[in-house]
Amino acid sequence: MSLFNTELRRLRKRRFVRYLTLGGLLVLAAVAVGMFFTNQKVGPAQIAAAERAADREYQQNLGYMRQEQAACEQAKATGNADVGRFPPDCSSIQPPPREAFQTDWHLPATFEFREEFGSTLIALTAVLGLVAFVGGASFIGAEWSTGGMMNLLLWRPQRIRVLLTKLGALLSALSGLTVVTIGAWTAAFWATGTYRGSTEGMTSGAWQSFGLTGLRGLALVLIAGALGFGLASLGRHTALALGGVLGVMVVGQFGLGVVLGMARVKFVEAWLFPTYLLAWMQKKVTLQNWASCQATYNGECKPATFDITWQNSSILLSVALVLVLGGAIWSMRRRDVT
Amino acid sequence: MAAVLEIEGLAKTYRSRRRGTRRALDGFDMRVEAGQVHGFLGPNGSGKTTTLRTLLGLIRPNGGRMAILGQEVPAALPTVVGQVGAIVESPQFFPHFSAQDTLSLLAGAGGVPQQRVAEVLELVGLRERAKDRVKTYSLGMKQRLAVASALLKEPKLLILDEPANGLDPGGIREMRTLMSDLAASGMTVVISSHILAEVQLICDSVTIISLGRRVAFGPVAQVLAQHSGGGLRVRLEAVTDLPAAADLLLRSGARVTPQDDHLLVYEVDKPATVTRTLAAANLFVSELAPVTVDLESVFLQLTATAPVPGQHRQVDQSAVVDGTSSSSSDSISGGWGV
Ligand SMILES: Nc1ncnc2c1ncn2[C@@H]1O[C@H](COP(=O)(O)OP(=O)(O)O)[C@@H](O)[C@H]1O
Ligand SMILES: [Mg+2]
Repeated sequence: MSLFNTELRRLRKRRFVRYLTLGGLLVLAAVAVGMFFTNQKVGPAQIAAAERAADREYQQNLGYMRQEQAACEQAKATGNADVGRFPPDCSSIQPPPREAFQTDWHLPATFEFREEFGSTLIALTAVLGLVAFVGGASFIGAEWSTGGMMNLLLWRPQRIRVLLTKLGALLSALSGLTVVTIGAWTAAFWATGTYRGSTEGMTSGAWQSFGLTGLRGLALVLIAGALGFGLASLGRHTALALGGVLGVMVVGQFGLGVVLGMARVKFVEAWLFPTYLLAWMQKKVTLQNWASCQATYNGECKPATFDITWQNSSILLSVALVLVLGGAIWSMRRRDVT
Repeated sequence: MAAVLEIEGLAKTYRSRRRGTRRALDGFDMRVEAGQVHGFLGPNGSGKTTTLRTLLGLIRPNGGRMAILGQEVPAALPTVVGQVGAIVESPQFFPHFSAQDTLSLLAGAGGVPQQRVAEVLELVGLRERAKDRVKTYSLGMKQRLAVASALLKEPKLLILDEPANGLDPGGIREMRTLMSDLAASGMTVVISSHILAEVQLICDSVTIISLGRRVAFGPVAQVLAQHSGGGLRVRLEAVTDLPAAADLLLRSGARVTPQDDHLLVYEVDKPATVTRTLAAANLFVSELAPVTVDLESVFLQLTATAPVPGQHRQVDQSAVVDGTSSSSSDSISGGWGV
């Protein structure tokens, strides 16, 4: 227990970890505040204003089309140079129907808690996951590269235990941070829904669904932290964990995407890691292949689809976790500390 | 007397993919008795740090056995480590923490009461700078911090790898006083060093290592005596009698090197033999003293690292001793005796 508490204390004392966490939280706060101020409640007044705006847009278009029609007829009559600009039959110049100008388009943004909160949870997870990855890598990486780890091992020679205790301290700190942040996030968006939109339809089932999304987010944050920690411990350097992942992300993913695209591979996104992260959070991502035809009864083509489910993602994430943490533990056990 | 530290036949070969293999320890033996200040001497790259790292479980040996306080390590390391304070190689600490924080975290991890931190900071003279970041410390100050960290757990065995590195003359003298005080309080101290005058002043016994093997060991006086070749300086009342005396001693089986005003006599079983032989011929000795050498010349002779004019010695050029005298386990009883 003394080691666990000490590691928590060490984590809190680390300046980089503090700034990183603060930075992440500031980004989230900015998003939450921004969402509050860019949304507004939609009442009869807003709907009436939107209808007026749609009508105005229709009238403008109507006027313009009439003008063009007149110009067309005049050009036909005088046979001047502009004639090539117009269709052969001037009466075919018609404005779009009134229904085409939708009132919705002119409504201000409004926050429908039930519809939109889920995707804000994904944004939250992305930010916290990044903080967890970089923070986890820095926590152990800096220990290795400055000799702090060696010093600690002179006090606690049980290497695996030291490594896992550090990981445990990191993960529990991340859990605390994530739970508190999700709480504050929910409160902030509930307020946005209440004052700048609506919180209608929040049945217990809807809450349960958000709860599960939040849990998956928490799991993803912890996995990101553990992966950063494991990679940095394997490389015994912070920069290596970050560089490694940047390498994988940029070269691997971008390059792979381009190559697969040129090779006309179907469902290119199925080869890209971020798709699986999204699938984990959304439970399912449906990929579409537009270069295919799935005939329907009414003679239309539909693109072929391919589902990536959160179960697929969980396999991928487990394999990554086992490889990286297993490797870190193995190397901790075997390698000399010099 | 009980051995606090025993090493027999220790072997370590470093393997790296780029530079191949390097045999750093090649059947190394060492024994330190309780309550001693023991000097661990050897030229650069002879394997001192490797020995200490192996002893403390940081690297894995390829062969041999080690025991600390009567317990086999690395197996018993978790139980004995609380009684061993150590610094290995140049001190390394997390640069952004203060000395206070560094020690407090170590104390936390090792279950040492926090008030001990202030005590050791006082002891090594860092009280006033304890709140500064380690990054801002000079080499000597870091060295003091390292000693403080080793003393934190009030060890029975204190192991210091080149503790005088980077210390100013005052610091070296303080360190010397500290070592004698600690030894007087019953602590066993092992100091690796290449500053020989230092070692000669404070150590009770020494082990000299060269190219991963022990080349000499025992109490300082004994090692010196052994390597003065058991020589005696003999002066007579009348300088004119010197040739006659030399003749007599030669005939009694000694080896004699005549000097201007005295003789250097080697290979006599005991000084009394000289007195008796000369007195029998009515030659009277006015001075009979062992030829003194200092540790430095013994060290240079044993490790064959004395500078040769016109040559630049490379670090790995030191003495190779024949395997029989030091690499087998029976050498504990042989050699220069313990
Ligand atoms: N991590 C390592 N990898 C490869 N060789 C090493 C390593 N550490 C030390 N050595 C080699 O082992 C030998 C002994 O080194 P060391 O124990 O540090 O010497 P000392 O402390 O006596 O100066 C040297 O030749 C050194 O180059
Ligand atoms: Mg060394």
